[in-house]
Amino acid sequence: MTRFVARRILEVIPVLFVIVTLVFFMIRLAPGGPFDAERNVSDEILRNLEAYYNLDAPLHRQYLDYLGQLLWGDLGPSFKYPGWSVNELILTGFPVSLELGLYALLVALGIGLTAGVVASLKPNTLRDYVPMSLAMVGICIPNFVLGPLLVLAFGLWLGWLPVAGWEGPSYKILPAITLGAGYAAYIARLSRGGMLEVLAQDFIRTARAKGLTEARVVLRHGLRGGLQPVVSFLGPAAAGLLSGSFVVETIFQVPGLGRFFIQAAFNRDYTMILGTVLFYAALILMFNVIVDVAQAWLDPRLRDEIG
Amino acid sequence: MKRLARLTLCVLLCCVGCAKSGPPALRVGNGTEPQGLDPHTVTGIPEHRILGTLFEGLVDVDPDDLTPVPAVAESWTISDDGKVYTFTLRPEARWSNGDPVTAHDFAYAWQRILTPALASEYAYMLHCLKNARAFNEGRITDFDQVGVKVLDEHRIETTLENPTPYFLSMQIHYTWFPVHRKTIEAFGRMDERGTRWTRPGNLVGNGAYMLKRWAPNNIIEVVANEHYWNAAQVRLKRVFFYPIDNLLTEERSFRTGRLHLTGSVPLAKVPVYQRKHPELLRIDPYLGAYYYRINVTRPPLDDARVRRALAMSVDRVALTKNVLTGGQAPAYAFCVPDTADYTCASAVPYDLDEARRLLAEAGYPNGEGFPRIELLYNTSENHKLIAEAIQRMWKQELNIDVGLLNQDWKVYLDSQNNLDYDVCRAGWIGDFVDPVNFLECFTTGNGNNRTGWSSPKYDDYIARAAQTVGQKARFDLFQQAERILLEGAPIIPIYYYTRVYLKSPQVQGWHSNLLGYISFKHLHLAEAGP
Repeated sequence: MTRFVARRILEVIPVLFVIVTLVFFMIRLAPGGPFDAERNVSDEILRNLEAYYNLDAPLHRQYLDYLGQLLWGDLGPSFKYPGWSVNELILTGFPVSLELGLYALLVALGIGLTAGVVASLKPNTLRDYVPMSLAMVGICIPNFVLGPLLVLAFGLWLGWLPVAGWEGPSYKILPAITLGAGYAAYIARLSRGGMLEVLAQDFIRTARAKGLTEARVVLRHGLRGGLQPVVSFLGPAAAGLLSGSFVVETIFQVPGLGRFFIQAAFNRDYTMILGTVLFYAALILMFNVIVDVAQAWLDPRLRDEIG
Repeated sequence: MKRLARLTLCVLLCCVGCAKSGPPALRVGNGTEPQGLDPHTVTGIPEHRILGTLFEGLVDVDPDDLTPVPAVAESWTISDDGKVYTFTLRPEARWSNGDPVTAHDFAYAWQRILTPALASEYAYMLHCLKNARAFNEGRITDFDQVGVKVLDEHRIETTLENPTPYFLSMQIHYTWFPVHRKTIEAFGRMDERGTRWTRPGNLVGNGAYMLKRWAPNNIIEVVANEHYWNAAQVRLKRVFFYPIDNLLTEERSFRTGRLHLTGSVPLAKVPVYQRKHPELLRIDPYLGAYYYRINVTRPPLDDARVRRALAMSVDRVALTKNVLTGGQAPAYAFCVPDTADYTCASAVPYDLDEARRLLAEAGYPNGEGFPRIELLYNTSENHKLIAEAIQRMWKQELNIDVGLLNQDWKVYLDSQNNLDYDVCRAGWIGDFVDPVNFLECFTTGNGNNRTGWSSPKYDDYIARAAQTVGQKARFDLFQQAERILLEGAPIIPIYYYTRVYLKSPQVQGWHSNLLGYISFKHLHLAEAGP
């Protein structure tokens, strides 16, 4: 088992290396540079800037220097925000994105599972159609539409919740719902499908025949199998929630990493692009390793195979 | 389910946080996250707002009419040739840690920003100092040769290359602010960017406020500085700057009372506020021009008659009234009218007959044989609306086919720099109130020209104006230069910007000026909200 885990972790390194290399050279191909602005700086000042940030060295030299820096965990200074290093910006932005992603996941699971299970108990009745239609709507409404609608209702008309910012618990409700809603809808449909399949099986009939209460049948026997598809969806969902929060962060002025990530590309902030891409890549690869390990641990056949 | 509910509750309780108490704060929507708080390495307007609270230059301006008033310098003298300024600093001026502000601090700051190794993008603001440019470009290495001389602790003398009538009012720009040497050198070298000296707790400034909190992309909080020489007069004790780049989010934050002041207003909301809440909407004149550049190196645009025909057939009144709606003024010249009492006497008229005649004279009667040209703009809804309107005008009036091309910001800048366009959208916001700030852009080889246009006569007028003492004589030269610019028509002036924003009636002591300069120390908050 230890060997398996070690091997999976070691496999991550070449993947990250390929990503760094590709991104490093690709961003240099994009037109425009980090110091282009509406008002041009003189050639002399541009030369000073390029010298300061080592951009005047040959490209392969810059690449090797960057790799050398990376070995020490140093992602370099941000070009756009000279007051901060890329490491610092990731360290301040990511916890916020993580927190937002976590709440959104709770929202998605809470709403999604409830709706899915409720719908599956009385298929093809009103109790099925209503939550499932809502789920369909939830999947179809993009979060840049849902966010402003929620703000309009709960922030401006009712005045219950703040419309933007990230200062206290009440500020986190609308962004979490906006980000989680799409996933909730998806989970609702997945869990309904899973539950319907399981509830039609023989062992459920046996359980009912034993005289168990309906609640016990559903919660104890049904859920375990019915949630299988939801569990396997959680991996990609978590990754999506963490790296895909840019729109929600912009709508609600949430100080997360998503805004830095997207703006870096527009700003041609080379080090920031590389740093955030690398960080997200490492994060997602790490998730995959954890999922693989968990699956191996759960599934005895796999465990035997890897020794 | 129960476990889930408990978990949710725990998480919510964990993040109960920052309900902070203290004096009432002015809450300002400040556009984007500032690049930093080192006055020598930043370039933008959001940065200017914040730095203006944390630092103070030798001279400040009256926020109503922008005339120079004493700040760190209590007085100054100007030599007869307009080239030597001697400032006397007030002895009571203090840094936020209590150290006295001395002439050495200014000399140190100016040396720092001009040091080539620091690579300050805005160092050119100081190029009016004698030999500053040569020092900044590394042609001389001895700072003693630059026109800055510390006479004693409280007196500093600056010698300029040319008489520069706007020299005093330039001092409100952050590039001229002093910095605290000990603080900078405690965290790194003098010419090092991005050290930790600008962080809350580290930053030592000499402005009316000091830095309390800085959470990137979230908030910057400044509080009144008790060591400020004029602290007794500062009524507003706290300011929160929020970097809200989404205009809709900013407007919603204003509507719920989270902001007292916004940086802008979404275009679609302007008529709504005009109708329902005119008392909240402010439209101020602004020192900026929106115009189109023409690439004069590409036929048929290399013919001045064609360029003038294009410029004369833009109906700016219809554009500002029907498309923009934010009180913008149609522009028939480049310099904003009444810039330091200068208003251009010549104009590109809206004259369709003359435009058609010029086009025919250039060999394209009724647009026949005129090749299709492309109009480039950077991705934005407003630029697109304007481009579409002008595309239609040129088609209808001149029978010219124009294609629209939008590019992402950096790609668009790259296209302009490489003269890889026919006609493109541009804008210029003045740094200080003097026509030279606008007209200098189109001298030969200027980095902001980007049209390929060059006129030795134009360059000569601008160069002569720089040597001239006396506003009248200078302005005469500018008049002649601007006439050449409009006749050569490498640009099509379209409209003069306005600053459209929202302001709560709670904000008192408000002032508006051409630069959009906000003097926070002159403001205060009324007790009750609207």
